[in-house]
Amino acid sequence: MAIGTLAGLFSGLFGVGGGSVIVPLLVLWLGYDERSATATSLAAIVFIAGFAAATQGLYGNVNVSDALLIGVPAVAGVLLGARLQQRLHTRAIALLFAVVLVASAVELVTQ
Amino acid sequence: MIGAIAIGLAGGVIAGLLGVGGGVLFVPGLVIFLSLNQHHAEATSLLAIVPVAAVGAYRHDRYGNVQRADALLLGSLSLAGAAGGVGLANALSGALLRDAFAALMVIVAAQLAYRALRQPSKSSVGPRHEHAIAQDPLGGLCGNTAAAPDKDGLD
Repeated sequence: MAIGTLAGLFSGLFGVGGGSVIVPLLVLWLGYDERSATATSLAAIVFIAGFAAATQGLYGNVNVSDALLIGVPAVAGVLLGARLQQRLHTRAIALLFAVVLVASAVELVTQ
Repeated sequence: MIGAIAIGLAGGVIAGLLGVGGGVLFVPGLVIFLSLNQHHAEATSLLAIVPVAAVGAYRHDRYGNVQRADALLLGSLSLAGAAGGVGLANALSGALLRDAFAALMVIVAAQLAYRALRQPSKSSVGPRHEHAIAQDPLGGLCGNTAAAPDKDGLD
């Protein structure tokens, strides 16, 4: 119950899925292995993000066409990324991306 | 329109590769490249996450990884929290929400860097193997920074 509430708050507040809250808590508190935790978290996120998006819709904040334009290609992208992951060295990519994230955070705050 | 497609595709590929969150990519992408305000970007990101999580959950479910009862329970228990989070987000100013989100991005970056530096230098191997689905970081698109175990490094 605590996991659900925390995940919901996190997701609703930040516009993310909440997996970064759900997965570790399922592992730590309920003894899940990573794989089941990831899978179960994903299924829960469908409800969480769907409901949070609907609530945001009531505030008039959801841009449906942009969401579809992002969400549909993202499905293709993530399938491609998961496939590429088997062939590439992800370590350098992860470090590079961490730098990009920090730079984007700075850009976000200063723009 | 092209911008949104590019954000989705790029975000998807990175998420698939690294298992980091989609929201953590979509939100700044929408703000920086499509000039949405922070509230609209977060709301739009939430809707964009749904199809990705649905496809990921479906794929995992076929392998029997989804604890359906727990997922349903978690999903329903989180609804009040989600409503509260959305209410809170809308009560905050755009600037404050943006700064908080930037802090979240830095935390995710730190997690990623920590994970990358901790794993053995060879992070990937050629052939597909049984860990493929365990690593399948479809979950990553949904903010799941903790779910991409680096099992490859052991092979």
